[in-house]
Amino acid sequence: MKTAKLSKGGAAHRRLRILHNTNHLQLYLMCVIPLGLFFVFSYLPMFGIVIAFKDYRFDKGIFGSEWVGFKNFEFFIKSNDFLRLVRNTLGMNSIFIVTGLIASITVALLLNEVRKRVFVKVYQTVLIVPYFLSWVVVGYMVYAFLNPEYGFINSVLRRMGGEAVSWYTEARYWPFILTLASVWKRVGMDSVIYFAALTAIDQTYYEAARIDGANKWQCMWHITLPGIRPVAITLTILAIGNIFRADFGLFYQVTRDVGSLYSTTDVMDTYVYRVMRSLGDMSLSSAAGLLQSMVGLVMVLLTNLAVRKIEPDSAIF
Amino acid sequence: MQKNSTMTSAAVPVKDSKKPVFASVKHEKKKRQLGLHLLFMVLCILFIVPFLLVLSISFSNERDIIMTGYSFIPKHFDLAAYQYVFQNPQSVLNAYKVTAFNTVVATALSVFIMSMVAYPLSKKRLKGRVAINFFIFFTMLFNGGMVPTYIVITQYLHLDNKIWVYILPYLVNAWHIFLLRSFFSTLPEEIFESALMDGASEFRIFLSFVLPLSKPGLATVTLFCALERWNDWMTSMLYVSKENLITLQYMLQRILINIQFLQEHSNNAAAAKLASEIPSETVRMALAVVAAGPMLLVFPFFQKYFVKGLTIGAVKG
Repeated sequence: MKTAKLSKGGAAHRRLRILHNTNHLQLYLMCVIPLGLFFVFSYLPMFGIVIAFKDYRFDKGIFGSEWVGFKNFEFFIKSNDFLRLVRNTLGMNSIFIVTGLIASITVALLLNEVRKRVFVKVYQTVLIVPYFLSWVVVGYMVYAFLNPEYGFINSVLRRMGGEAVSWYTEARYWPFILTLASVWKRVGMDSVIYFAALTAIDQTYYEAARIDGANKWQCMWHITLPGIRPVAITLTILAIGNIFRADFGLFYQVTRDVGSLYSTTDVMDTYVYRVMRSLGDMSLSSAAGLLQSMVGLVMVLLTNLAVRKIEPDSAIF
Repeated sequence: MQKNSTMTSAAVPVKDSKKPVFASVKHEKKKRQLGLHLLFMVLCILFIVPFLLVLSISFSNERDIIMTGYSFIPKHFDLAAYQYVFQNPQSVLNAYKVTAFNTVVATALSVFIMSMVAYPLSKKRLKGRVAINFFIFFTMLFNGGMVPTYIVITQYLHLDNKIWVYILPYLVNAWHIFLLRSFFSTLPEEIFESALMDGASEFRIFLSFVLPLSKPGLATVTLFCALERWNDWMTSMLYVSKENLITLQYMLQRILINIQFLQEHSNNAAAAKLASEIPSETVRMALAVVAAGPMLLVFPFFQKYFVKGLTIGAVKG
């Protein structure tokens, strides 16, 4: 179209090409501020990871502090916390990925069965609302249920003649509670993404299948599920790539950072924060953080590689 | 399958021919729809329940709660908690101001600055596009971590305890930039060409064509930024110790722990007296309502923009 429009005037075409070349400078200039911000707030801290190999002291600064090699990493990996952190981080994230996937696809499929659009809208809106809350407010809500003295759940337990549970000291309930909180907050938005993929499926497939005598389940298995497969794969790779990064807000705010729950709720992110804030050990904290970032990077690259082999179209890069 | 009514004309004869034969099918379908609605209503109620509990506690009488615990229906409707909150509005008002300021300023600046880099990146002819893309994309894969970022911000930029700490570090975000880029790249190139021929600069085109033509895309990113900024507590927790500079969410977090602190130390006479003066159980929840309520009523109205952003994000990665 461009060439058709410009074919009459070769001069105009040439002028446009010159413009396209000279405009590069203008376009680069537009990038300067945003890229500068990336440099300052994302790349400068990357150089700061040398702290992980030093014994950082505020008075000596990054450059003045002493080199200690891999001592911080060694200390972290040999500490009692390490295995627990890895188990909790990977374990809880795996649970979130699986439950999130199942819950959101189920909700999307069910929504797709509702015939009146008005109701679809109403249900979606209600399910999405938790997405807009901060984890702090979710923490309040969980507390309203689990407060050991006045909490709703304990009131019910007492009224039924049972015994109250001291929720904030019993670590074994928390994998379940955190999963519930995570699904509750995410399922609305996630299911909407799947729902959008469902509505994008060409309806003629279903008509053709029905004429061929396919039943509902066959339609679901051969048309609907393959239709949402690419979205499911993309979302899952993203999640698996981030499997070593926990949602700090969920694990910090919802548990209210209670120490007696750490055996099931302490994850890499809360540990990194705690070591930095409470222990003030900047070097140990950044060693743990660096280890986490490295594993994260490897996970993203590996999952993407795997997907590129299995389903090239869904690969992220 | 379920969308007969909205289906193309091709489906109509099939449906008509089935009608007399399968008279009971229609009845069966109606029953299934009813079951589906019932299921969703239960689900919606389960999703709203936490909100109701917090609301109910905030309107309860403190003594009722101490006697019987939290419940979904206040025994005596009581506004004492809200009276307390509004009689001591200073800290809430202040936190509101800080949060509103940084939400508005950071969001506006951020969307503008990110668009400035997203626009050049949406042009396939830009030389070095791949390199710039990678420079941005890499920040999604790897980051320096909490401690190096903390040290850069506090030791080198000295942003701690300044309002700018809520704004500057959050101005650019790789994911949002790629979202904007994908919105901009849908604009037809031809529109700009006549302007280019007339000698308009790229920046001029960006301001007077690209931005006005991308309103839905800009709205999407604006809302994501605003939600993120509004719900921010982490920045206050890490960088701000001045009471008059904390955000709403962080204030809430502090109160959840602080009132708790008073109760736990109630063997201390002075603290016990203080704790008994504040209707702490109800005030806490009233604060949560006052702090989180207003925006929670606003965001769902823009649901479709969030959905669009997430859907594009999931498809394009």
